[in-house]
Amino acid sequence: MPEIFTYGFMQRAFIAGAIIGVICPAIGVFIVLRRLSMIGDTLSHVALAGVAAGMLGSIYPIYSALAFSIAAALGIEKLRQEFKDYAELSIAIMLSAGIGLATIFISMGKSNSSIFSYLFGSITLVNLQDIRTVAILGLIIMVSLIFLYRSLFYITFDEEAARLAGVPIKRVSLYFNILVAMTIAVSMRIVGILLVSSMMVVPVAAGMQVAKSFKQTMIYSVLFGLVAVLMGLFISFYWDLAPGGTIVLSGIFILISTLLFKNIKLKVTANHIKATA
Amino acid sequence: MEKVIEIKNVTFSYDTKMVLKEVSLEVFKGDFIGIVGPNGSAKTTLIKLLLGILEPQQGSIQLLGQAVKSFDQWHRIGYIAQKARDINAGFPATVEEIVAANLYMQTKPFKFLNKEQREKIDEVLSIVDMVDYKKRLIGSLSGGQQQRVFIARALVNNPELIIMDEPLVGVDVASQEKFYGLMALLNKSLGITLAMVSHDIGVITDKTNKVACLGNQSLFLHDSKSFNQTDYIKQVYGEGISLLHHQH
Repeated sequence: MPEIFTYGFMQRAFIAGAIIGVICPAIGVFIVLRRLSMIGDTLSHVALAGVAAGMLGSIYPIYSALAFSIAAALGIEKLRQEFKDYAELSIAIMLSAGIGLATIFISMGKSNSSIFSYLFGSITLVNLQDIRTVAILGLIIMVSLIFLYRSLFYITFDEEAARLAGVPIKRVSLYFNILVAMTIAVSMRIVGILLVSSMMVVPVAAGMQVAKSFKQTMIYSVLFGLVAVLMGLFISFYWDLAPGGTIVLSGIFILISTLLFKNIKLKVTANHIKATA
Repeated sequence: MEKVIEIKNVTFSYDTKMVLKEVSLEVFKGDFIGIVGPNGSAKTTLIKLLLGILEPQQGSIQLLGQAVKSFDQWHRIGYIAQKARDINAGFPATVEEIVAANLYMQTKPFKFLNKEQREKIDEVLSIVDMVDYKKRLIGSLSGGQQQRVFIARALVNNPELIIMDEPLVGVDVASQEKFYGLMALLNKSLGITLAMVSHDIGVITDKTNKVACLGNQSLFLHDSKSFNQTDYIKQVYGEGISLLHHQH
């Protein structure tokens, strides 16, 4: 067995990483296609406030982050009704509230070194309790996504038609926001709060380059997400770098490869058409 | 005759601006009604009222004998929107996936489409002559082809009424002819009632059996055969307006 797999902490990192590699892009497909990329950033900044609050109050930070970001997800829907004509304002307000709270809580805390591991991710600090939480929440998210797949697909493609087809739009959207909040809480231990939303976006951007249907977009995005996490963890281990950065940059590397692949393929087909014409 | 749409004394205002005043309309099973009128004459407002997106301040609207307010059988009604306000062209979904989405009420979560449903999708795609494009991405099709996919999507639930809001905006002339041929098939052979908003008065009176003209907060219902364009202009724009014909 290669050295990397003999360490208990690396085994834990790979288990948690594999779960994150699957759920982030799966949620991300709907976020990207609904043009809601900002919501990931917003909820993760609120999650940071939750982590800092948890550390102050000696609560397990994943739980407090989860509570904070779910409250924010509900709050965004509420604010959206207040600012009907400027729906994106509700997200911006929540983002500001999140950063404001996080700043205050962090400055109130005595030791801030552990907050860095939540900001940038960490592979050495993942303990058994983390694995258990990540596995349970990850399972809930996956089952919910499969359950909501059809309604989310329809809402994402054409909200008005979805409503007429009987999709309960309000309930599904609200539940989806809660799933985004859960995904952030699950992912921040490994990828870090600052880069969670990239994990939801970058593999999807790569998947969209090669997919020929919605189902394929889902499959490729998850596949690329998984590869990015595994690559990133290897690099993080051997070069002693923060995993959040190595994972996201691996994702960017995959994205660039798919773009090159697509362009070369287009050129080849164009030349082929020229040659046969 | 069975009433498919019944609008009774409906009044609707946006804030203080009244756009419909005590408007009434009856559409019967098998009708093909065109809804015309100048810009800002509340054509789209009327559609939104029919679909329950807007609520009238006064009056009542019934679809298939049930009040729109409490209507819960939307699968019996198809809706085709303007091509122009359409979906994002890069959306990675195939024709088949889009048509299948409308089977939402008939599909249980965690289940794949069954054989019967897949056959139904093929059937409606062949009605609109798009079965060969089943696996193609929606963004790779022309405007007219996309419009036919949306008709297939509406047909997959065997609707009794199809409501269309300027479905031909952004669709080329050849495809428009094909579209009207298809409408005649749906209306005459399949017995589907059609209601279609259009700005092309000349064409619509030719294809439909009834025309509803909107203008001056009112609605005038005509038989398409006896429809007179000059009277129409007077009704919706008021007296003292004349048409300038130009020759090519």
